[in-house]
Amino acid sequence: MADNHFQANKHLVWRAGFGIQPKLMDDFEKQAPKKTFQQMLKSSENGFVSIKTAPDALNEFFADGYKGVGKLNAEERRKLQRLNRDAIRDLNLAWLKQMVNSEAQLREKWALFWHGHFACRSVNIYHQELLLDVIRKNALGKFSTLLHEVSKTAAMLNFLNNQQNRKGHPNENFAREVMELFTLGRGNYTENDIKEAARSFTGWAATPKGEYSFRRALHDNGSKTVFGKTGNYSGEDILDMLLDNPQTAQYLVTKIYRFFVNEIPDKAHIEELSKSFYQSGYNIQKLSEKMFTSGWFYEPRNIGCKIKSPVELLVGIQRNLPMQLNNDEALLQLQRILGQVLFYPPNVAGWPGGQNWIDSSSLMARMRIPKMLADEDVLNVTPKDDDDQMMGIKENKKKQVPAKARGKGINVDIHWEPVVQVFEKVPRNTLLNEMSRYLLQKDSAMPQEAITGYINSADKASFIKSGTIILMCTPEYQMC
Amino acid sequence: MLLKRKDFIQLGSLATASFMVPQFLKAFERGNVVPQGNKVVVILQLSGGNDGLNTVIPYRNDIYYKNRPLLGIEKKSALTLTEEAGLNPALTAFKDLYDDGSLGILNNVGYPNPDRSHFRSMDIWHTASPANEYWNQGWLGRYLDAQCAGCDKPTQAIEIDDVLSLALKGENNKAIAVKNPATLFGTSNEKFFKEVMQKNKHDEHEPVDYLYKTLSETLSSANYIFKQSRVHASKASYPNTDLGNSFKTIASLIFSDINTKVYYVSLGSFDTHVNQQAQQTRLFTEMNDAVKAFVADLKTNNRFEDVLLFSFSEFGRRVAQNASNGTDHGTANNMFFVSGGLQQKGLINSLPSLTDLSEGDLKYSIDFKNVYATVLNKWLNVKDENRILKGNYELLNFI
Repeated sequence: MADNHFQANKHLVWRAGFGIQPKLMDDFEKQAPKKTFQQMLKSSENGFVSIKTAPDALNEFFADGYKGVGKLNAEERRKLQRLNRDAIRDLNLAWLKQMVNSEAQLREKWALFWHGHFACRSVNIYHQELLLDVIRKNALGKFSTLLHEVSKTAAMLNFLNNQQNRKGHPNENFAREVMELFTLGRGNYTENDIKEAARSFTGWAATPKGEYSFRRALHDNGSKTVFGKTGNYSGEDILDMLLDNPQTAQYLVTKIYRFFVNEIPDKAHIEELSKSFYQSGYNIQKLSEKMFTSGWFYEPRNIGCKIKSPVELLVGIQRNLPMQLNNDEALLQLQRILGQVLFYPPNVAGWPGGQNWIDSSSLMARMRIPKMLADEDVLNVTPKDDDDQMMGIKENKKKQVPAKARGKGINVDIHWEPVVQVFEKVPRNTLLNEMSRYLLQKDSAMPQEAITGYINSADKASFIKSGTIILMCTPEYQMC
Repeated sequence: MLLKRKDFIQLGSLATASFMVPQFLKAFERGNVVPQGNKVVVILQLSGGNDGLNTVIPYRNDIYYKNRPLLGIEKKSALTLTEEAGLNPALTAFKDLYDDGSLGILNNVGYPNPDRSHFRSMDIWHTASPANEYWNQGWLGRYLDAQCAGCDKPTQAIEIDDVLSLALKGENNKAIAVKNPATLFGTSNEKFFKEVMQKNKHDEHEPVDYLYKTLSETLSSANYIFKQSRVHASKASYPNTDLGNSFKTIASLIFSDINTKVYYVSLGSFDTHVNQQAQQTRLFTEMNDAVKAFVADLKTNNRFEDVLLFSFSEFGRRVAQNASNGTDHGTANNMFFVSGGLQQKGLINSLPSLTDLSEGDLKYSIDFKNVYATVLNKWLNVKDENRILKGNYELLNFI
């Protein structure tokens, strides 16, 4: 078990949310993690608000539905692409802000998990907004609902080519990925199951603006044989058959365990969780409760053992050290440099995570970011272009390299008061210890000799400020 | 630096006479430190999907001009290769290489069930996975895994960039990305990194150990690469472009005794949906001038026989041009091979058929994984290329 309430609570909010904030410190010393979890649950129960970033200028294109799009000339078409791309950028930043500031930490963290699980790329902002809505709305609900709703989003139907899935001309992509990546996992179905199930999804399509539409004329009404059963199954029937199979719970829980608990799966714990997940009818909230209040979740081997994803790192820094980032582009660039851009997963399998986050470039960038934020280092790393994002549009160079071009830091206002306030009364001889305890998951992980040389001890506030920055630059800070 | 036994013998046979002389002194003694026969691969990635049909132009084919009324390149402006085909006018240095017998062109390279999205198709080229599987390790990363278990520096493969590509990430080993050895050295030379390294007290079984291991490798590689890049820095003149500078860095490293076998560099974006000609010409000019300087430099230093440069792109483009004087995403494409040590030269196979299409796109005739297998086996002397590529691929004969 964790040594004390504080460590356990800190562990909990890093896993079930995006990390500790200065204002939480007092309560975390005293209250049991069970209570903290109940509070997190309560904060996530209501307050779901959609995030919309499509600008009015985009709506004009669709005055008469999407019919007009076909008639656009090349320049109008480019404008349309640019508006979409910029709006998806804004959606990225707006959601990132939610992760930092929202009290509904548990919901947003689960949403991030599902965002990686139902990994999808779309160049259409309306489709992205709708998919994100489905994911955030159902993040703590029932997986069965989530699966059915995601499967009917325009984003996913387009991404997995189901618009081309027609009676007599099946496209198997959606049927394949729904089994391989969303429910059963590889090796638990046959090629024939995919072939037949694909016929059940024929006619599943969406309007250009993103509403699900069932094209009856394109649907194959013949009988299909899937998983050894024969009947005129609809797409919904297939999804229900997948949910009926306990393997789906097993597959999901393994992935969930690796995301929330430990990269190294523990068979017994996964078995226990997937049984109850299945019996609860895929109730995600109940699964959370069981996982985050179990004794084993707080065992030392599960604490500080995960490499923070780039999004967890970037959001976590802003929670540990409240700040106002005035340069949105920098946040996007950092996501690209570190290898995780929201709404641009590498493929339908999502971000592989774990040690895959770390290579020489990304590690050095991680260990420099806090200094960049504190204006002690400059962002002089250029991310690779993403041709799917650029779509042949030339990037606005001025916008692209903001920090470098100005030769300055990222332009951040750090709000030091809450952090300084917390540590002000701590005597100097234990100050660094206390700060490590706040910022690092394993309290004693960072030897003081390695960092004391970087601490400005002119006065207490300088000590606290420089100590915070340097602690966040350590390899240990990359762990949660 | 820990040398593998094989490398040690290679170096040793040459260096016996001056065995005790430090490597950096040896560099001054000879024209080139690394013995001839030490093979190196340079991979040039044309990001964004280069239009292969306007690279190697089938100027005898009416269908080509019918499909590209405005974009088609006329025979009189193309650089003549054969009666059937010419090169894009911007590729003058490649025409010289062709005449010289140092250019091989493999037409119609692709893979089954082609994907037309950039990131997905690039992933497939990077990992060498089938189109319906998602792998997290790149083919060169797996080469590193196979070649350097226990190496202390992952410098057997280097990407000239700030950020590392999937192609170079293995399970246990990842290559290093370095755009400029001096800059990387400057960054890594940060006192803080070293102190954290030296004074940390973590247990090697702790998960954070992976980060310390990576940090340690990064610091020693950055130092090693920087030093090697100066031992025999290229004195040749290169165009002052990103790619020109990258090739100069690569040449400098090739002339040193660094243990690097694979260099990786990218140029883009070739995603020419709109006004293709201006964009492709600009990029080709950058490529042409950089490769020209690089080849001349290699020849001067007697290393051209040992270096194989090859280019690829995630896909080619559609046969027909679009309404914006550009082309949209297609499938099969050509690959260039440049070396003084080619076995097959010129047009290695026939031009793609413009009539036998799949939904308006070329049908590939050579799987790129056969090319990878050939490069691994015949150039890098890897005998278990099938294990690295996770499949059995017949070897080609161009090298």
